[in-house]
Amino acid sequence: MSFMHFIILLPFIAAIFIPFVYKKWNIHLHTGWFVIIVPLFIFINLLFQIPAISNGDTIFLSMKWIPSLGINFDIYLDGLALMFALIISGIGTLVVLYSIFYMAKEREALHNFYVYLLMFMGAMLGLVSSDNVLVLYTLWELTSVSSFLLIAYWYERKKSRSGALKSMIITVFGGLAMLAGLIMLAMITDTYSIREMIASVNLIIESPLFIPAMVLVLLGAFTKSAQFPFSIWLPDAMEAPTPVSAYLHSATMVKAGLYLLARMTPIFGGSAAWFWLVGGVGIITIFYGSIRAVRQTDLKALLAYSTISQLGLIMSLLGVGSAALYFNIGNAQEVYAVAIFAALFHLFNHSTFKGALFMVVGIIDHETGTRDIRRLGGLLTIMPVTFTIALIGSLSMAGLPPFNGFLSKEMFFTGMLHASEVNIFGLDGWTILFPIIAWIASVFTFIYCMILLLKPFLGKLQPEKLPKDNVHEAPFGMLVPPVILGSLVVLVFFFPNLLAEYILKPALVSVIPTVSTGNEVFEIHAWHGFDSIELWMTIGVIFFGLLLFFSIKKWNIAFRFFPDKLSLNNLYNATIENMEKQSASFTDRYMTGNIRHYLLYIFIFITVIMIGSLISFDAISFNFSSTGEISIYDIGILVVMVAAAMTTLLTKNRITAIVSLGAVGYLMVMLFVIFRAPDLALTQMVVETVTTVLFLLCFYHLPKLGKRLEKMKFKVTNLIISIGVGLTVTIMTLIASGHRLHVPITNFFENAYELAGAKNIVNAILVDFRGFDTMLEISVLLIAGVGVFTLIKLRPKGSENDEA
Amino acid sequence: MFDVLMILSLVILTIAILFNFYRVVKGPSSVDRVQALDAIGINLIAGTAIFSVYLDTHAFFELILLIGILSFIGTIAFARFIERGVVIERKR
Repeated sequence: MSFMHFIILLPFIAAIFIPFVYKKWNIHLHTGWFVIIVPLFIFINLLFQIPAISNGDTIFLSMKWIPSLGINFDIYLDGLALMFALIISGIGTLVVLYSIFYMAKEREALHNFYVYLLMFMGAMLGLVSSDNVLVLYTLWELTSVSSFLLIAYWYERKKSRSGALKSMIITVFGGLAMLAGLIMLAMITDTYSIREMIASVNLIIESPLFIPAMVLVLLGAFTKSAQFPFSIWLPDAMEAPTPVSAYLHSATMVKAGLYLLARMTPIFGGSAAWFWLVGGVGIITIFYGSIRAVRQTDLKALLAYSTISQLGLIMSLLGVGSAALYFNIGNAQEVYAVAIFAALFHLFNHSTFKGALFMVVGIIDHETGTRDIRRLGGLLTIMPVTFTIALIGSLSMAGLPPFNGFLSKEMFFTGMLHASEVNIFGLDGWTILFPIIAWIASVFTFIYCMILLLKPFLGKLQPEKLPKDNVHEAPFGMLVPPVILGSLVVLVFFFPNLLAEYILKPALVSVIPTVSTGNEVFEIHAWHGFDSIELWMTIGVIFFGLLLFFSIKKWNIAFRFFPDKLSLNNLYNATIENMEKQSASFTDRYMTGNIRHYLLYIFIFITVIMIGSLISFDAISFNFSSTGEISIYDIGILVVMVAAAMTTLLTKNRITAIVSLGAVGYLMVMLFVIFRAPDLALTQMVVETVTTVLFLLCFYHLPKLGKRLEKMKFKVTNLIISIGVGLTVTIMTLIASGHRLHVPITNFFENAYELAGAKNIVNAILVDFRGFDTMLEISVLLIAGVGVFTLIKLRPKGSENDEA
Repeated sequence: MFDVLMILSLVILTIAILFNFYRVVKGPSSVDRVQALDAIGINLIAGTAIFSVYLDTHAFFELILLIGILSFIGTIAFARFIERGVVIERKR
């Protein structure tokens, strides 16, 4: 355990103490003030790692967890991990600060909130810094669990609970798929370490498990990062408190999938399947998210869909950029590496402006009591600061200068244009769709950014529609975090290369290890000159975006033609409902509650398995060479025995059945006599008598009503099955007795006199050679006796029966 | 000669048991059945005894005694059951 481990695990340690702090000091001071120390401390410590990492060094620290299985909590801090860790701890600090003013200390269960939040933070930090895939998976699931807890923070609301459940089901489904994929990778490479996997990438590429492992890992990444069609949980997760939405569902957790993709790119990248799956799903998601976002009337739902869209953007860039690994070196590699670079840049930018936007929406919600666009309006003069942040955030999201979104959007177009020239993975003509869809999606992105910016702030204030009167600007503390994020958005625009130099380039090297970052391709410029296509694409986006925004009422009707039944949500609900229904009816079909049916299943199973295995192993062969002589008494007794057994089956009278059953028992005694087993005969005699008496006792107590002394009903299936079982057992016995593999150990027991001083072999075996069995049989009898006694004595009340 | 005699008597006893069993199955009343069972018990005693002689062993003598006791107890129990409806009466 090193200091770095302590840093990573600090949130967990702090989470233990939060409830005590809450109980002791919350009356005086908001618990958040104690919590904020943790992410701030982590953030500052991580800042000190920047110089080393940007020099190209990596930090590797090992901590034993289960060394015998190769599972160790190994921290591997490279550019990618550091970038994510900085985002997590930095935005974490701001979110905690924001939540101090957002969550009222009197009304909310703050200890729960901060414990969950710290749990999540720790899991996320560990996830990005872990080198061991199994530790990564563990923390991956921990982020799912803590996200589940945070979404359902207001658990008394039905929507919160259903949203939490939905996100849990989807992300855990993906998580499990990912586990399978990671295990496949571990099987191929015989290591759990990601670095060693990357080192033995040739093994993976040649393995037949390459594609299955890739698809399974991708399932995990797609579900976590809300990619199409697994995006449906994210809008429902907006029932969480706004700080949670800002932190988990825009800046960190949804980027875990992107982190995984970036981490796995050196392993899977460079293959056609990865390019098409990641790039294709990403581009579909941008399109889907941006179009859905335009329809929303709830500000948070709008932001949720915009998050989906932006995540799709980063995802498609990661997919396109993976082509860089196809070219090992040189110019072609750099062309595609720019896409990865853009992805990382936009990932950072998105965390800043989306966090700020969520906080803005939280402020609007907090101050007016609603997030519904149709009720809001005219907040510009009341909330000037909030408006400024919203302006910065949404224009950056739309991709306008002078904000960082402009830079990454330009690079996005560059990446997509390069993608259209890809001619290495087959289906060459189709790559032209990448820039086209990307451009259309950007137009829609522009439209919803305008809705987000203009609808709540411009127009007329409608006080009668707002739940809260006396609307005013948010308190100072609530404004600080979004202001910091907003200024970051602007700063990054003016000094992008500072960020690129220290953070993005080391991260790029972790994704594409062979790239040389010194190249000027990786200099970020705001101005490319008039002859660049990207600029004209941006101008086109603004032009068509404005055009469509002002005519939104005219074409908005088109959405109505899209039937609600075809929505993914509906599909999900119908699937869940159908699965429950189908499994219920399936269970009802065979779990009838009728013991006769269960016995049928058991007997059919026995017969089929036994006969089936006998046939399949070709084992039906009889050997009568070792059988003894059959005497006339055997035949006589057997004939009477069969007759008695048949009487038991066919009689109408219960008493007759008992008596003939007794007759079978007594004839058994005779068989024992003939086969010279005096002790067995004695015991059998007594036991048979007692059993018969007990049967008589039972029949006497049968209820008067429904006591129908009629013949047993005849059923053909029962006959067939009983004959089948009888035949099976007979055949088995005959086969088994004809094939003795070993010499019996009877000879040993014949020494009973010398060894045990006994003349009776059977008794010597029972009490001497194998006394343990006898002891336990005695216990069985004891238990049975006690059981009968308690059953008779301790009746449940209400079932008193005088007849006893 | 001796063996043939033993076997012959065993066969006769078996036939007797069969006839008794017919009565057990058919017996118009319970009393007939109980009596037939008692007779079967006695036949079993005889059969076991002859068999012991035939096998030249005294290992089955306990069994003969046991069958005697049990068949007596069984007949008594049945008789009480038929007469009073219960086998073991409770003290009131």
